[in-house]
Amino acid sequence: MELRVNNEIHEVDVEPEMPLLWVIRDILNLKGTKFACGISQCGACTVHIDGEPVRSCSYPASAAQGKEITTIEGISLDASHPVQQAWVKHQVPQCGYCQSGQIMAAVSLLEKKPRPTDADINAAMTNICRCGTYKRIRDAIHDVAGNTAENTLAYEA
Amino acid sequence: MNKQFNSSRRKFMLTSAAISGGFALGLQLPVKAQDAVTGNDINIWVQINPDDTVTIKYARCEMGQGSMTSAPQIVADELDASWDQVHIEYVDVNEHFRMDRAWGAMVTVGSQTIRNSQEYLRNAGASARAMLVAAAASEWGVPASEINVSNGVISHAISGRESGFGALAAAAAEQAVPETVTLKDPADWHIIGQSKPRVDIPPSVDGSQVYGVDVELPGMVYASMATSPVFGGSVISFDATKALTRKGIIDVVAIDGIAVAVVADNWWRANKALAEVEIQWDTKGNGEVSNETILAQFNDSLAASDAAPMPNNTGDADQALANAEQVLEADYFTPFLSHSPMEPMGATVRITGERVDIWASTQSPEGLVGEMVNALGVEEENVYAHRVQAGGGFGRRGGSSDYARAAALIAAELPDGTPVKMLWTREEDTQHDFYRPLAMYRLKGGLDANGMISGWKARIASGSILNQMRGVPLRGGVDFTAVEGFTELPYNIPDQFQDFKLTPTHVPLGFWRTVGWSQTPFAREQFIDELAIAAGEDPYHFRLKHMAEDELSRHILVKVAEAIGWDETPAAGIYRGIATTEPYGSYTAAAVELSVNDAGVINIHRIIQGINTGHMVNPDNVIAQLEGATVWAISAAMWGEINIDQGKVQESNFHDYRLLRMAQMPVIDTVLEATGGFWGGVGEPGQAPILPAFCNAIAAATGTRVRSLPLKHHGFSLA
Repeated sequence: MELRVNNEIHEVDVEPEMPLLWVIRDILNLKGTKFACGISQCGACTVHIDGEPVRSCSYPASAAQGKEITTIEGISLDASHPVQQAWVKHQVPQCGYCQSGQIMAAVSLLEKKPRPTDADINAAMTNICRCGTYKRIRDAIHDVAGNTAENTLAYEA
Repeated sequence: MNKQFNSSRRKFMLTSAAISGGFALGLQLPVKAQDAVTGNDINIWVQINPDDTVTIKYARCEMGQGSMTSAPQIVADELDASWDQVHIEYVDVNEHFRMDRAWGAMVTVGSQTIRNSQEYLRNAGASARAMLVAAAASEWGVPASEINVSNGVISHAISGRESGFGALAAAAAEQAVPETVTLKDPADWHIIGQSKPRVDIPPSVDGSQVYGVDVELPGMVYASMATSPVFGGSVISFDATKALTRKGIIDVVAIDGIAVAVVADNWWRANKALAEVEIQWDTKGNGEVSNETILAQFNDSLAASDAAPMPNNTGDADQALANAEQVLEADYFTPFLSHSPMEPMGATVRITGERVDIWASTQSPEGLVGEMVNALGVEEENVYAHRVQAGGGFGRRGGSSDYARAAALIAAELPDGTPVKMLWTREEDTQHDFYRPLAMYRLKGGLDANGMISGWKARIASGSILNQMRGVPLRGGVDFTAVEGFTELPYNIPDQFQDFKLTPTHVPLGFWRTVGWSQTPFAREQFIDELAIAAGEDPYHFRLKHMAEDELSRHILVKVAEAIGWDETPAAGIYRGIATTEPYGSYTAAAVELSVNDAGVINIHRIIQGINTGHMVNPDNVIAQLEGATVWAISAAMWGEINIDQGKVQESNFHDYRLLRMAQMPVIDTVLEATGGFWGGVGEPGQAPILPAFCNAIAAATGTRVRSLPLKHHGFSLA
């Protein structure tokens, strides 16, 4: 089948039901997208399909044909995406294993809602981080959005 | 000259080894270590390059705890380097073994990296600095005492001469290694104490960080495995006929008689096929073990007459309790818990002749090497353990390297030179952990007429991690990690008696972040509240009354109480809890403010988390560790439990082993104290006071004293 990943077309010979995660990791050798639960619980495998965050561990590769797939490697060439920069600025990652998925979820949230409220963040950011970096993830998202303590309150009111 | 230089250098290496030797049992003097001091190396920790950059070696592991940044900060400070010129490089594990473990301990456990390395790291930096100064003195013909080093610049004010490190590096390497060096006064530190950004963060934001499971090699094959679902069970037989017909399947093998692995050209294919292997298991008599049988065993332990007394017992606790005005007694229960790091267990092994290469996320390079030696009978010096970032460790990757052993045994079944990446599913990971021990505590306390604790008894019933995992004998019948938190109470109680009853089950036990301190404070610090309430006193002031003025636990407790405004009445409907602990060389206290509605929904308004680490290397990283430890503790408090039925773990994945997510993240404010005089741990201590402070607040809010975890079984949920 033919898959379009990070603006490149790849011809892959895989079973139609093989989850997109394993095609990305083991066939296309893009290792930034992680396996952690395999049942859509944790979001470590989050990629974008036509701009929507999708948990690729439970998404058959065949369903992604003809769609635009973006992985962590595809959101910028040099870690220059504002979300990536905010992640470094706020020293978000600890072990870092879940952070590709967290960043993909955050990028998608900010594309839809450039000024997210705390409630928006709670609703969109459902990925698990075992190290417990949630506070810094929230701070980094608000930073990208330009939300400050003052204007966030005003915005939420 | 050369001869003298050599002998001096050898002496330095011996000294360095003597310092680090305390942490690596059986360490031989690294006479071969001088071999490593070549090229641009000044010593085994510091390399100065011609372009003025400084390479600092890091020997331990990185799994998000931050010491890959903070340990080199210590070296750079004594070196008087500029942090901007510093690059950090892992010590090569194979080189370390070939040099008789010259770099001391690589194992990264027990919040030890800074507190147990700081002395030799400071010496390494100071010694390299002294050699640069000696080189400058010699080159410029001026006394060394007139030379200053600051931010990577060596200067002589009187003559106006100045140089970077690079130009003097070759001459410095020829200098005699100083016999002794004077370490800086902490007031002069300029890199220690600074929140330097963590060096391993940039690759974590663009997908380029390489974890154990990310290693990809030419000709690699992949394996998924199933271990006996009943602990201690074995494989009677298996039928792989159907599995072998599937696409891409290469082999199906038994491992150690306790597991079956499918090898394929792709991990997903291997894992799908594994489900079609029919395996007959022998439960080895453990098929009837359940929560109920384990609980009965622990209740027997609480009543047993043959427990082992702890060495710190003083006075006559029974007499004190007999004389008390009031006596309280309570039993506390903490369950088994799994580590569940985000990266499941896995390892890549390639055997080529006598040589073994392994790539695995670990907290113990020594453990990986030792496991390869045990599993494959190869020589230590022929094992090449490659460095990767660990996707969380939390103790799972520090005690046992069982997953690396499995990968090695699979590799041994494959043609020479074939790399195999073995990876567990989340279910396999959850059900084949080395669990935080289940433990029960029976506490008795007496109050005298003045409302002071006059007598104290504690019975601790738990398995022993080291005894079960490695056959390490108990000291005087007491397991020292199970009783952490009871060995030295911060409270003045003249008559106290505590004992330990070993209670082994078939459930494998391991070091789970904060180990004994993850659970003993739940009992100890809640029982102190119970006594305070019985005495009609405020729990915070009741604690202070029992603490010496110079008690370090008191210092951080006071700071945390002040931060939450303990002596001011909270708003209506808001309640507080507080607790103090002394884990891993640091002092931590926490205060929690919450409200609970009629449906048992807990709303955490804020948590104050305080730590005194003595000296503090990287404050922002300390804050990050406190935040993370709080999340860890709240997950355990609300939902954490591993249940056993028919000898097996019932939980399997994140849907039934629930962890806190963003929407329930409480507000955390941290109080950092660095009173000096000692070096405390950072990665684990933050968790210790959270559970009891949280549960003390729940008791204050509801009148319900929760003595067994998790809270979900007591009708509580989290807003």
